[in-house]
Amino acid sequence: MGTTDAGPASAGPAGADTPETNRISHPLRPGRWAAAGLTALVLIWLGWTIAVNPNLHWDVVVAYQFDDVILDGLWVTIQLTVASMVIGVILGVIVALMQVSDSRMLRTGAMAYVWFFRGTPLLVQLIFWFNIALIFPEIGLGVPFDGPKLVTWETNALVTGFVAALLGLSINEGAYMSEIVRAGLRAVDPGQQEAAAALGMSRAKIMRRVVLPQAMRIIVPPTGNQFISMLKTTSLVSVIAGADLLTVAQRLYLTNFEVIALLIVASIWYLVLTTVASIGQYFLERRFSRGFGGTVPDTLRGRIGRNLRFSGLAR
Amino acid sequence: MTAPMVQCRALRKSFGRIEVLRGIDLTIARGQVVCVVGPSGSGKSTLLRCLNHLEEPQSGRVYVDGELIGYEERGGTLRPLSDARLRRQRESIGMVFQRFHLFPHRTALENVMEGLVAVKGIGAADARRRAAELLDRVGLADRAQHYPAQLSGGQQQRVAIARSLAMEPKLMLFDEPTSALDPELVGEVLAVMKDLAATGMTMIVVTHEMGFAREVGDHLVFMDEGLIIEQGPPREVLGAPRHDRTRAFLSKVL
Repeated sequence: MGTTDAGPASAGPAGADTPETNRISHPLRPGRWAAAGLTALVLIWLGWTIAVNPNLHWDVVVAYQFDDVILDGLWVTIQLTVASMVIGVILGVIVALMQVSDSRMLRTGAMAYVWFFRGTPLLVQLIFWFNIALIFPEIGLGVPFDGPKLVTWETNALVTGFVAALLGLSINEGAYMSEIVRAGLRAVDPGQQEAAAALGMSRAKIMRRVVLPQAMRIIVPPTGNQFISMLKTTSLVSVIAGADLLTVAQRLYLTNFEVIALLIVASIWYLVLTTVASIGQYFLERRFSRGFGGTVPDTLRGRIGRNLRFSGLAR
Repeated sequence: MTAPMVQCRALRKSFGRIEVLRGIDLTIARGQVVCVVGPSGSGKSTLLRCLNHLEEPQSGRVYVDGELIGYEERGGTLRPLSDARLRRQRESIGMVFQRFHLFPHRTALENVMEGLVAVKGIGAADARRRAAELLDRVGLADRAQHYPAQLSGGQQQRVAIARSLAMEPKLMLFDEPTSALDPELVGEVLAVMKDLAATGMTMIVVTHEMGFAREVGDHLVFMDEGLIIEQGPPREVLGAPRHDRTRAFLSKVL
Protein backbone atom coordinates (compact mmCIF):
# COMPACT_ATOMS: atom_id res chain seq x y z
CA MET A 1 0.00 0.00 0.00
CA GLY A 2 1.30 3.35 -1.04
CA THR A 3 4.64 2.01 -2.33
CA THR A 4 4.21 2.97 -6.01
CA ASP A 5 3.92 6.57 -7.11
CA ALA A 6 1.55 5.82 -10.03
CA GLY A 7 -1.30 8.28 -9.51
CA PRO A 8 -4.85 7.44 -10.46
CA ALA A 9 -4.62 9.71 -13.52
CA SER A 10 -1.80 7.84 -15.26
CA ALA A 11 -2.94 4.28 -14.72
CA GLY A 12 -5.73 2.98 -16.88
CA PRO A 13 -7.43 -0.39 -16.43
CA ALA A 14 -4.98 -1.88 -18.94
CA GLY A 15 -1.98 -0.91 -16.84
CA ALA A 16 0.33 2.06 -16.86
CA ASP A 17 2.76 0.85 -19.55
CA THR A 18 0.59 0.54 -22.72
CA PRO A 19 -0.83 3.80 -24.12
CA GLU A 20 -4.60 3.91 -24.28
CA THR A 21 -5.99 3.02 -27.73
CA ASN A 22 -9.01 4.71 -29.31
CA ARG A 23 -9.16 2.49 -32.35
CA ILE A 24 -12.38 0.48 -32.67
CA SER A 25 -12.14 -2.69 -34.74
CA HIS A 26 -15.30 -4.38 -35.92
CA PRO A 27 -15.41 -8.15 -36.23
CA LEU A 28 -15.72 -9.68 -39.68
CA ARG A 29 -19.23 -10.71 -40.68
CA PRO A 30 -18.79 -13.89 -42.70
CA GLY A 31 -22.55 -14.41 -43.16
CA ARG A 32 -22.96 -11.02 -44.79
CA TRP A 33 -19.99 -11.59 -47.09
CA ALA A 34 -21.35 -14.98 -48.15
CA ALA A 35 -24.82 -13.53 -48.86
CA ALA A 36 -23.30 -10.67 -50.87
CA GLY A 37 -21.19 -13.10 -52.88
CA LEU A 38 -24.18 -15.30 -53.58
CA THR A 39 -26.28 -12.32 -54.67
CA ALA A 40 -23.56 -11.18 -57.05
CA LEU A 41 -23.29 -14.67 -58.47
CA VAL A 42 -27.06 -14.91 -59.07
CA LEU A 43 -27.11 -11.49 -60.75
CA ILE A 44 -24.22 -12.36 -63.03
CA TRP A 45 -25.77 -15.70 -63.91
CA LEU A 46 -29.15 -14.06 -64.65
CA GLY A 47 -27.49 -11.41 -66.83
CA TRP A 48 -25.52 -14.04 -68.67
CA THR A 49 -28.55 -16.25 -69.40
CA ILE A 50 -30.51 -13.27 -70.65
CA ALA A 51 -27.65 -12.02 -72.78
CA VAL A 52 -26.91 -15.33 -74.48
CA ASN A 53 -30.46 -16.68 -74.69
CA PRO A 54 -31.28 -16.97 -78.41
CA ASN A 55 -35.06 -16.85 -77.72
CA LEU A 56 -34.94 -13.26 -76.50
CA HIS A 57 -34.17 -11.78 -79.94
CA TRP A 58 -32.26 -8.71 -78.75
CA ASP A 59 -31.90 -7.57 -82.34
CA VAL A 60 -35.71 -7.30 -82.50
CA VAL A 61 -35.74 -5.34 -79.25
CA VAL A 62 -33.24 -2.88 -80.69
CA ALA A 63 -35.17 -2.64 -83.94
CA TYR A 64 -38.46 -1.85 -82.24
CA GLN A 65 -37.31 0.30 -79.31
CA PHE A 66 -37.76 3.51 -81.33
CA ASP A 67 -40.34 2.21 -83.78
CA ASP A 68 -42.97 4.81 -84.72
CA VAL A 69 -45.84 2.58 -83.62
CA ILE A 70 -44.21 2.01 -80.23
CA LEU A 71 -43.50 5.72 -79.83
CA ASP A 72 -47.14 6.52 -80.64
CA GLY A 73 -48.20 4.09 -77.92
CA LEU A 74 -45.68 5.65 -75.51
CA TRP A 75 -47.13 9.08 -76.22
CA VAL A 76 -50.67 7.80 -75.52
CA THR A 77 -49.47 6.30 -72.23
CA ILE A 78 -47.91 9.63 -71.21
CA GLN A 79 -51.06 11.55 -72.20
CA LEU A 80 -53.32 9.11 -70.37
CA THR A 81 -51.18 9.25 -67.24
CA VAL A 82 -50.91 13.03 -67.10
CA ALA A 83 -54.55 13.68 -68.03
CA SER A 84 -56.03 11.14 -65.64
CA MET A 85 -53.76 12.30 -62.80
CA VAL A 86 -54.72 15.95 -63.37
CA ILE A 87 -58.42 15.12 -63.44
CA GLY A 88 -57.95 12.68 -60.55
CA VAL A 89 -56.25 15.32 -58.38
CA ILE A 90 -58.95 17.90 -59.14
CA LEU A 91 -61.68 15.36 -58.33
CA GLY A 92 -59.75 14.33 -55.21
CA VAL A 93 -59.51 17.90 -53.91
CA ILE A 94 -63.22 18.54 -54.55
CA VAL A 95 -64.28 15.28 -52.90
CA ALA A 96 -61.90 15.83 -49.94
CA LEU A 97 -63.37 19.31 -49.38
CA MET A 98 -66.84 17.70 -49.49
CA GLN A 99 -65.67 15.18 -46.89
CA VAL A 100 -64.56 17.87 -44.44
CA SER A 101 -67.60 20.07 -45.12
CA ASP A 102 -70.24 20.85 -42.50
CA SER A 103 -73.03 19.54 -44.72
CA ARG A 104 -74.04 15.95 -44.09
CA MET A 105 -75.36 15.60 -47.67
CA LEU A 106 -72.00 16.62 -49.16
CA ARG A 107 -70.17 14.24 -46.82
CA THR A 108 -72.51 11.37 -47.73
CA GLY A 109 -72.10 12.02 -51.46
CA ALA A 110 -68.32 12.04 -51.12
CA MET A 111 -68.37 8.88 -49.02
CA ALA A 112 -70.55 7.04 -51.56
CA TYR A 113 -68.17 8.01 -54.39
CA VAL A 114 -65.09 6.79 -52.55
CA TRP A 115 -66.87 3.64 -51.40
CA PHE A 116 -67.99 2.67 -54.90
CA PHE A 117 -64.86 3.47 -56.89
CA ARG A 118 -62.43 2.04 -54.38
CA GLY A 119 -64.63 -0.96 -53.76
CA THR A 120 -64.76 -2.24 -57.35
CA PRO A 121 -61.78 -3.33 -59.46
CA LEU A 122 -60.36 -0.75 -61.84
CA LEU A 123 -60.35 -3.35 -64.61
CA VAL A 124 -64.12 -3.82 -64.20
CA GLN A 125 -64.63 -0.04 -64.23
CA LEU A 126 -62.62 0.31 -67.44
CA ILE A 127 -64.63 -2.38 -69.24
CA PHE A 128 -67.80 -0.77 -67.88
CA TRP A 129 -66.93 2.68 -69.29
CA PHE A 130 -65.98 1.10 -72.61
CA ASN A 131 -69.45 -0.49 -72.81
CA ILE A 132 -71.36 2.49 -71.43
CA ALA A 133 -73.35 2.71 -74.68
CA LEU A 134 -75.17 -0.48 -73.69
CA ILE A 135 -76.86 1.46 -70.87
CA PHE A 136 -76.94 4.96 -72.33
CA PRO A 137 -77.02 4.73 -76.15
CA GLU A 138 -77.31 8.52 -76.38
CA ILE A 139 -75.92 11.34 -74.31
CA GLY A 140 -77.80 14.64 -74.38
CA LEU A 141 -77.65 18.12 -72.98
CA GLY A 142 -80.92 19.56 -71.67
CA VAL A 143 -83.45 19.31 -68.88
CA PRO A 144 -82.80 16.34 -66.57
CA PHE A 145 -85.38 13.63 -65.75
CA ASP A 146 -86.35 12.99 -69.43
CA GLY A 147 -87.05 16.65 -70.15
CA PRO A 148 -86.42 18.16 -73.59
CA LYS A 149 -82.89 17.92 -74.94
CA LEU A 150 -80.90 20.63 -76.68
CA VAL A 151 -78.37 18.32 -78.31
CA THR A 152 -77.72 14.60 -78.23
CA TRP A 153 -74.74 12.51 -79.26
CA GLU A 154 -74.24 8.86 -80.03
CA THR A 155 -72.45 7.47 -76.99
CA ASN A 156 -70.33 5.17 -79.11
CA ALA A 157 -69.03 8.09 -81.16
CA LEU A 158 -68.25 10.07 -78.01
CA VAL A 159 -66.71 7.40 -75.79
CA THR A 160 -63.77 6.08 -77.78
CA GLY A 161 -61.24 3.70 -76.30
CA PHE A 162 -59.14 6.67 -75.16
CA VAL A 163 -62.10 8.49 -73.60
CA ALA A 164 -63.25 5.34 -71.81
CA ALA A 165 -59.72 4.85 -70.52
CA LEU A 166 -59.53 8.45 -69.35
CA LEU A 167 -62.92 8.23 -67.61
CA GLY A 168 -62.07 4.97 -65.90
CA LEU A 169 -58.58 5.94 -64.77
CA SER A 170 -59.36 9.49 -63.61
CA ILE A 171 -62.59 8.76 -61.77
CA ASN A 172 -60.95 5.83 -60.03
CA GLU A 173 -57.90 7.94 -59.24
CA GLY A 174 -60.12 10.70 -57.81
CA ALA A 175 -61.37 8.31 -55.16
CA TYR A 176 -57.84 7.43 -54.04
CA MET A 177 -56.65 11.04 -54.28
CA SER A 178 -59.53 12.28 -52.11
CA GLU A 179 -58.30 10.08 -49.27
CA ILE A 180 -54.77 11.41 -49.70
CA VAL A 181 -55.94 15.04 -49.80
CA ARG A 182 -58.19 14.51 -46.80
CA ALA A 183 -55.32 13.08 -44.77
CA GLY A 184 -53.28 16.16 -45.74
CA LEU A 185 -56.03 18.59 -44.73
CA ARG A 186 -56.49 16.86 -41.40
CA ALA A 187 -52.77 17.01 -40.68
CA VAL A 188 -52.83 20.82 -40.62
CA ASP A 189 -53.14 22.22 -37.09
CA PRO A 190 -56.62 23.77 -36.63
CA GLY A 191 -54.86 26.67 -34.90
CA GLN A 192 -53.58 27.71 -38.33
CA GLN A 193 -57.11 28.37 -39.52
CA GLU A 194 -57.90 30.29 -36.34
CA ALA A 195 -54.83 32.46 -36.68
CA ALA A 196 -55.71 33.22 -40.30
CA ALA A 197 -59.35 33.88 -39.41
CA ALA A 198 -58.27 36.23 -36.62
CA LEU A 199 -56.33 38.24 -39.22
CA GLY A 200 -59.59 38.62 -41.16
CA MET A 201 -58.90 36.18 -43.99
CA SER A 202 -61.82 34.70 -45.93
CA ARG A 203 -62.44 30.97 -45.89
CA ALA A 204 -61.33 30.58 -49.48
CA LYS A 205 -58.09 32.44 -48.80
CA ILE A 206 -57.45 30.47 -45.61
CA MET A 207 -57.79 27.27 -47.62
CA ARG A 208 -55.65 28.50 -50.51
CA ARG A 209 -52.94 30.44 -48.68
CA VAL A 210 -52.67 28.67 -45.34
CA VAL A 211 -54.16 25.17 -45.25
CA LEU A 212 -53.47 23.74 -48.71
CA PRO A 213 -49.79 24.80 -48.88
CA GLN A 214 -49.17 23.01 -45.59
CA ALA A 215 -51.31 20.03 -46.56
CA MET A 216 -49.23 19.76 -49.76
CA ARG A 217 -46.27 18.56 -47.73
CA ILE A 218 -48.37 15.55 -46.70
CA ILE A 219 -50.13 15.22 -50.05
CA VAL A 220 -47.20 15.43 -52.50
CA PRO A 221 -45.23 12.26 -51.65
CA PRO A 222 -48.17 9.82 -51.96
CA THR A 223 -49.41 11.72 -55.03
CA GLY A 224 -46.03 11.16 -56.64
CA ASN A 225 -46.40 7.48 -55.86
CA GLN A 226 -49.89 7.52 -57.38
CA PHE A 227 -48.50 9.16 -60.52
CA ILE A 228 -45.78 6.57 -60.88
CA SER A 229 -48.27 3.82 -60.17
CA MET A 230 -50.56 5.35 -62.81
CA LEU A 231 -47.80 5.17 -65.45
CA LYS A 232 -47.94 1.42 -65.09
CA THR A 233 -51.67 1.11 -64.38
CA THR A 234 -52.42 2.62 -67.80
CA SER A 235 -51.34 -0.73 -69.25
CA LEU A 236 -54.70 -2.08 -68.04
CA VAL A 237 -56.43 -0.13 -70.80
CA SER A 238 -54.97 -2.58 -73.30
CA VAL A 239 -58.10 -4.66 -72.61
CA ILE A 240 -60.29 -1.92 -74.09
CA ALA A 241 -58.01 -1.10 -77.02
CA GLY A 242 -56.69 2.06 -75.39
CA ALA A 243 -53.86 2.39 -77.97
CA ASP A 244 -51.36 2.78 -75.12
CA LEU A 245 -47.83 1.38 -75.02
CA LEU A 246 -48.86 -2.16 -74.09
CA THR A 247 -51.73 -2.21 -76.61
CA VAL A 248 -49.46 -1.32 -79.53
CA ALA A 249 -46.81 -3.78 -78.35
CA GLN A 250 -49.48 -6.48 -78.30
CA ARG A 251 -50.73 -5.50 -81.77
CA LEU A 252 -47.20 -5.79 -83.09
CA TYR A 253 -46.47 -9.19 -81.57
CA LEU A 254 -49.81 -10.56 -82.76
CA THR A 255 -48.57 -9.99 -86.31
CA ASN A 256 -44.85 -10.85 -85.97
CA PHE A 257 -45.02 -13.27 -82.97
CA GLU A 258 -42.07 -11.54 -81.24
CA VAL A 259 -43.96 -11.64 -77.91
CA ILE A 260 -41.04 -11.50 -75.52
CA ALA A 261 -39.00 -8.98 -77.48
CA LEU A 262 -41.88 -6.52 -77.69
CA LEU A 263 -42.73 -6.94 -74.01
CA ILE A 264 -39.10 -6.08 -73.27
CA VAL A 265 -39.39 -3.00 -75.51
CA ALA A 266 -42.48 -1.89 -73.57
CA SER A 267 -40.87 -2.67 -70.20
CA ILE A 268 -37.79 -0.59 -71.02
CA TRP A 269 -40.02 2.39 -71.78
CA TYR A 270 -42.00 1.89 -68.55
CA LEU A 271 -38.71 1.84 -66.62
CA VAL A 272 -37.57 5.05 -68.33
CA LEU A 273 -40.86 6.81 -67.53
CA THR A 274 -40.83 5.69 -63.90
CA THR A 275 -37.24 6.78 -63.42
CA VAL A 276 -37.84 10.22 -64.91
CA ALA A 277 -40.98 10.66 -62.79
CA SER A 278 -39.04 9.69 -59.65
CA ILE A 279 -36.52 12.44 -60.29
CA GLY A 280 -39.36 14.95 -60.68
CA GLN A 281 -40.95 13.70 -57.48
CA TYR A 282 -37.71 14.25 -55.57
CA PHE A 283 -37.51 17.92 -56.53
CA LEU A 284 -41.23 18.48 -55.94
CA GLU A 285 -40.98 17.10 -52.41
CA ARG A 286 -37.99 19.27 -51.68
CA ARG A 287 -39.97 22.33 -52.81
CA PHE A 288 -42.90 21.59 -50.48
CA SER A 289 -40.87 20.77 -47.40
CA ARG A 290 -39.83 24.44 -47.06
CA GLY A 291 -40.01 25.62 -43.47
CA PHE A 292 -40.11 22.11 -42.06
CA GLY A 293 -36.42 21.68 -41.39
CA GLY A 294 -35.69 21.80 -45.10
CA THR A 295 -34.60 18.17 -45.21
CA VAL A 296 -35.75 15.75 -47.84
CA PRO A 297 -36.64 12.39 -46.31
CA ASP A 298 -34.98 10.42 -49.05
CA THR A 299 -32.04 10.52 -51.41
CA LEU A 300 -32.70 10.74 -55.12
CA ARG A 301 -31.24 7.33 -55.76
CA GLY A 302 -33.21 5.72 -52.95
CA ARG A 303 -36.43 7.23 -54.23
CA ILE A 304 -35.97 5.87 -57.74
CA GLY A 305 -35.18 2.42 -56.44
CA ARG A 306 -38.18 2.44 -54.14
CA ASN A 307 -40.61 3.48 -56.86
CA LEU A 308 -39.44 0.77 -59.22
CA ARG A 309 -40.45 -1.75 -56.62
CA PHE A 310 -44.11 -0.69 -56.85
CA SER A 311 -46.12 -3.02 -59.03
CA GLY A 312 -48.51 -1.54 -61.55
CA LEU A 313 -51.20 -4.03 -60.63
CA ALA A 314 -50.70 -3.68 -56.89
CA ARG A 315 -53.95 -1.84 -56.44
CA MET B 1 -67.32 60.83 -23.23
CA THR B 2 -66.40 58.21 -25.79
CA ALA B 3 -67.74 54.66 -25.84
CA PRO B 4 -65.68 52.04 -24.02
CA MET B 5 -63.36 49.94 -26.21
CA VAL B 6 -64.93 46.67 -25.11
CA GLN B 7 -68.25 45.96 -23.55
CA CYS B 8 -69.64 42.49 -22.79
CA ARG B 9 -73.20 42.10 -21.66
CA ALA B 10 -74.62 38.91 -20.12
CA LEU B 11 -72.29 36.79 -22.26
CA ARG B 12 -72.96 33.05 -22.10
CA LYS B 13 -71.22 30.19 -23.86
CA SER B 14 -71.63 26.42 -23.53
CA PHE B 15 -69.83 23.53 -25.15
CA GLY B 16 -72.44 20.79 -25.21
CA ARG B 17 -73.86 20.65 -21.70
CA ILE B 18 -70.87 22.34 -20.09
CA GLU B 19 -71.47 26.03 -19.46
CA VAL B 20 -68.12 27.76 -19.79
CA LEU B 21 -69.27 31.38 -19.52
CA ARG B 22 -72.23 31.97 -17.23
CA GLY B 23 -73.08 35.61 -17.77
CA ILE B 24 -70.10 37.90 -18.18
CA ASP B 25 -70.46 41.66 -17.87
CA LEU B 26 -67.27 43.57 -18.53
CA THR B 27 -66.42 47.08 -19.62
CA ILE B 28 -62.94 48.08 -20.74
CA ALA B 29 -61.95 51.66 -21.41
CA ARG B 30 -59.83 52.81 -24.33
CA GLY B 31 -56.11 52.38 -23.77
CA GLN B 32 -56.47 50.09 -20.77
CA VAL B 33 -54.34 47.00 -20.22
CA VAL B 34 -56.58 44.38 -18.65
CA CYS B 35 -55.18 41.14 -17.28
CA VAL B 36 -57.54 38.22 -16.88
CA VAL B 37 -56.46 35.60 -14.37
CA GLY B 38 -58.05 32.53 -12.85
CA PRO B 39 -57.71 28.76 -12.58
CA SER B 40 -57.66 26.67 -15.74
CA GLY B 41 -61.14 25.93 -16.99
CA SER B 42 -62.48 29.16 -15.58
CA GLY B 43 -63.45 30.42 -19.05
CA LYS B 44 -60.71 33.04 -19.54
CA SER B 45 -59.68 31.88 -23.00
CA THR B 46 -63.25 31.33 -24.10
CA LEU B 47 -64.10 34.89 -23.08
CA LEU B 48 -61.19 36.16 -25.16
CA ARG B 49 -62.24 34.05 -28.15
CA CYS B 50 -65.80 35.40 -27.94
CA LEU B 51 -64.46 38.94 -28.29
CA ASN B 52 -63.36 38.34 -31.90
CA HIS B 53 -66.09 35.77 -32.53
CA LEU B 54 -63.78 32.77 -32.89
CA GLU B 55 -66.35 31.27 -30.54
CA GLU B 56 -70.02 31.98 -31.10
CA PRO B 57 -71.72 32.77 -27.78
CA GLN B 58 -75.10 31.24 -26.93
CA SER B 59 -76.44 34.58 -25.78
CA GLY B 60 -75.32 38.01 -24.76
CA ARG B 61 -73.52 40.73 -26.64
CA VAL B 62 -70.02 41.92 -27.29
CA TYR B 63 -69.33 45.47 -28.42
CA VAL B 64 -65.90 46.54 -29.59
CA ASP B 65 -65.50 50.27 -30.13
CA GLY B 66 -69.28 50.59 -30.01
CA GLU B 67 -69.83 47.98 -32.74
CA LEU B 68 -71.79 44.79 -32.04
CA ILE B 69 -69.49 41.83 -32.83
CA GLY B 70 -70.69 38.94 -34.97
CA TYR B 71 -74.33 39.96 -35.23
CA GLU B 72 -76.63 42.66 -36.42
CA GLU B 73 -79.86 43.62 -34.78
CA ARG B 74 -82.83 43.39 -37.10
CA GLY B 75 -86.49 43.30 -36.12
CA GLY B 76 -85.71 42.67 -32.48
CA THR B 77 -83.47 39.62 -33.05
CA LEU B 78 -79.77 39.15 -33.57
CA ARG B 79 -78.75 37.73 -36.94
CA PRO B 80 -75.26 36.49 -37.76
CA LEU B 81 -73.22 38.95 -39.78
CA SER B 82 -72.16 38.07 -43.32
CA ASP B 83 -68.69 36.54 -43.56
CA ALA B 84 -67.36 39.67 -45.22
CA ARG B 85 -68.53 41.99 -42.42
CA LEU B 86 -67.30 39.63 -39.69
CA ARG B 87 -63.91 39.55 -41.40
CA ARG B 88 -63.76 43.34 -41.35
CA GLN B 89 -64.46 43.30 -37.61
CA ARG B 90 -61.73 40.71 -37.01
CA GLU B 91 -59.26 42.77 -39.01
CA SER B 92 -59.30 45.44 -36.32
CA ILE B 93 -58.91 43.00 -33.41
CA GLY B 94 -55.47 41.45 -33.12
CA MET B 95 -55.01 38.08 -31.46
CA VAL B 96 -51.92 36.37 -30.11
CA PHE B 97 -52.17 32.68 -29.29
CA GLN B 98 -50.55 30.54 -26.64
CA ARG B 99 -48.97 28.31 -29.27
CA PHE B 100 -48.08 31.19 -31.66
CA HIS B 101 -49.72 29.61 -34.72
CA LEU B 102 -47.25 31.19 -37.10
CA PHE B 103 -47.57 29.95 -40.68
CA PRO B 104 -44.75 27.38 -40.84
CA HIS B 105 -44.37 27.54 -44.62
CA ARG B 106 -43.61 31.25 -44.57
CA THR B 107 -40.59 33.14 -43.25
CA ALA B 108 -40.88 35.53 -40.32
CA LEU B 109 -41.14 38.43 -42.76
CA GLU B 110 -43.75 36.66 -44.88
CA ASN B 111 -45.77 35.85 -41.77
CA VAL B 112 -45.99 39.54 -40.91
CA MET B 113 -46.74 40.40 -44.56
CA GLU B 114 -49.51 37.81 -44.86
CA GLY B 115 -52.36 39.90 -43.46
CA LEU B 116 -51.21 43.00 -45.33
CA VAL B 117 -51.15 41.16 -48.65
CA ALA B 118 -54.04 38.69 -48.27
CA VAL B 119 -56.47 40.84 -46.27
CA LYS B 120 -55.58 44.48 -46.80
CA GLY B 121 -54.53 43.94 -50.42
CA ILE B 122 -51.33 45.93 -50.07
CA GLY B 123 -48.68 45.46 -52.77
CA ALA B 124 -45.80 43.11 -52.00
CA ALA B 125 -43.07 45.77 -51.94
CA ASP B 126 -45.02 48.05 -49.60
CA ALA B 127 -46.04 45.13 -47.37
CA ARG B 128 -42.44 43.97 -47.20
CA ARG B 129 -41.25 47.37 -46.05
CA ARG B 130 -43.94 47.66 -43.35
CA ALA B 131 -43.38 44.09 -42.19
CA ALA B 132 -39.65 44.77 -41.87
CA GLU B 133 -40.39 47.85 -39.72
CA LEU B 134 -42.59 45.77 -37.42
CA LEU B 135 -40.01 42.99 -37.09
CA ASP B 136 -37.50 45.68 -36.16
CA ARG B 137 -39.91 46.97 -33.54
CA VAL B 138 -40.09 43.54 -31.84
CA GLY B 139 -36.29 43.23 -32.13
CA LEU B 140 -36.18 40.60 -34.86
CA ALA B 141 -34.95 42.50 -37.90
CA ASP B 142 -32.08 40.02 -38.27
CA ARG B 143 -34.44 37.03 -38.27
CA ALA B 144 -36.65 38.16 -41.17
CA GLN B 145 -35.65 35.32 -43.49
CA HIS B 146 -35.93 32.57 -40.87
CA TYR B 147 -38.75 30.07 -40.92
CA PRO B 148 -40.71 29.66 -37.65
CA ALA B 149 -39.09 26.26 -37.05
CA GLN B 150 -35.71 28.02 -36.98
CA LEU B 151 -36.79 30.47 -34.25
CA SER B 152 -37.03 30.06 -30.49
CA GLY B 153 -40.46 30.12 -28.85
CA GLY B 154 -39.92 33.67 -27.61
CA GLN B 155 -38.89 34.83 -31.08
CA GLN B 156 -41.89 33.08 -32.65
CA GLN B 157 -44.25 34.80 -30.25
CA ARG B 158 -42.70 38.18 -31.03
CA VAL B 159 -43.21 37.51 -34.76
CA ALA B 160 -46.82 36.60 -33.96
CA ILE B 161 -47.27 39.92 -32.16
CA ALA B 162 -45.77 41.76 -35.14
CA ARG B 163 -48.11 39.83 -37.45
CA SER B 164 -51.12 41.05 -35.46
CA LEU B 165 -49.84 44.61 -35.22
CA ALA B 166 -49.45 44.74 -39.01
CA MET B 167 -53.23 44.90 -39.27
CA GLU B 168 -53.18 48.12 -37.17
CA PRO B 169 -55.75 46.79 -34.70
CA LYS B 170 -57.54 48.96 -32.18
CA LEU B 171 -57.61 46.11 -29.67
CA MET B 172 -55.12 43.34 -28.96
CA LEU B 173 -56.08 40.02 -27.37
CA PHE B 174 -53.36 37.86 -25.81
CA ASP B 175 -54.31 34.26 -24.95
CA GLU B 176 -51.68 33.07 -22.44
CA PRO B 177 -48.88 34.47 -24.64
CA THR B 178 -46.05 33.17 -22.45
CA SER B 179 -47.47 29.87 -21.18
CA ALA B 180 -45.83 27.73 -23.87
CA LEU B 181 -42.40 29.33 -23.41
CA ASP B 182 -39.33 28.17 -21.57
CA PRO B 183 -38.92 30.33 -18.45
CA GLU B 184 -35.88 32.20 -19.77
CA LEU B 185 -37.81 33.31 -22.88
CA VAL B 186 -40.81 34.79 -21.07
CA GLY B 187 -39.13 38.11 -20.37
CA GLU B 188 -38.47 39.09 -24.00
CA VAL B 189 -42.15 38.60 -24.92
CA LEU B 190 -43.40 40.51 -21.87
CA ALA B 191 -40.98 43.33 -22.73
CA VAL B 192 -42.51 43.67 -26.21
CA MET B 193 -45.98 43.67 -24.67
CA LYS B 194 -44.95 46.32 -22.16
CA ASP B 195 -43.65 48.52 -25.00
CA LEU B 196 -46.94 48.02 -26.79
CA ALA B 197 -48.91 49.00 -23.67
CA ALA B 198 -46.85 52.19 -23.46
CA THR B 199 -48.09 53.21 -26.93
CA GLY B 200 -51.65 53.33 -25.57
CA MET B 201 -52.91 50.11 -27.18
CA THR B 202 -55.96 48.59 -25.53
CA MET B 203 -54.89 45.10 -24.47
CA ILE B 204 -56.65 42.15 -22.88
CA VAL B 205 -54.17 39.61 -21.60
CA VAL B 206 -55.10 36.19 -20.26
CA THR B 207 -52.04 35.33 -18.22
CA HIS B 208 -50.46 33.66 -15.24
CA GLU B 209 -47.75 36.31 -15.03
CA MET B 210 -48.79 38.15 -11.88
CA GLY B 211 -45.69 40.34 -12.05
CA PHE B 212 -46.75 41.63 -15.46
CA ALA B 213 -50.31 42.14 -14.22
CA ARG B 214 -49.08 44.16 -11.28
CA GLU B 215 -46.54 46.22 -13.18
CA VAL B 216 -48.18 46.84 -16.57
CA GLY B 217 -51.86 46.10 -16.00
CA ASP B 218 -54.36 48.89 -15.34
CA HIS B 219 -57.12 46.51 -14.38
CA LEU B 220 -57.27 42.92 -13.15
CA VAL B 221 -60.15 40.53 -13.67
CA PHE B 222 -60.33 37.31 -11.66
CA MET B 223 -62.53 34.60 -13.16
CA ASP B 224 -63.67 31.27 -11.78
CA GLU B 225 -66.22 28.77 -13.10
CA GLY B 226 -67.42 31.01 -15.89
CA LEU B 227 -68.01 34.11 -13.79
CA ILE B 228 -66.09 37.25 -12.96
CA ILE B 229 -65.53 36.90 -9.22
CA GLU B 230 -63.64 40.08 -8.59
CA GLN B 231 -62.04 42.94 -10.50
CA GLY B 232 -60.22 46.16 -9.83
CA PRO B 233 -56.78 47.78 -9.85
CA PRO B 234 -54.16 44.98 -9.91
CA ARG B 235 -52.43 46.10 -6.71
CA GLU B 236 -55.71 46.03 -4.79
CA VAL B 237 -56.91 42.68 -6.12
CA LEU B 238 -53.52 41.04 -5.71
CA GLY B 239 -52.69 42.76 -2.42
CA ALA B 240 -56.02 42.57 -0.65
CA PRO B 241 -58.41 40.16 -2.39
CA ARG B 242 -61.94 40.49 -1.10
CA HIS B 243 -63.21 37.10 -2.15
CA ASP B 244 -62.29 33.68 -0.72
CA ARG B 245 -61.84 32.10 -4.15
CA THR B 246 -59.48 34.86 -5.24
CA ARG B 247 -57.46 34.38 -2.06
CA ALA B 248 -57.33 30.62 -2.57
CA PHE B 249 -56.15 31.03 -6.17
CA LEU B 250 -53.57 33.70 -5.40
CA SER B 251 -52.12 31.70 -2.52
CA LYS B 252 -51.29 28.98 -5.06
CA VAL B 253 -49.72 31.16 -7.76
CA LEU B 254 -47.96 33.94 -5.85
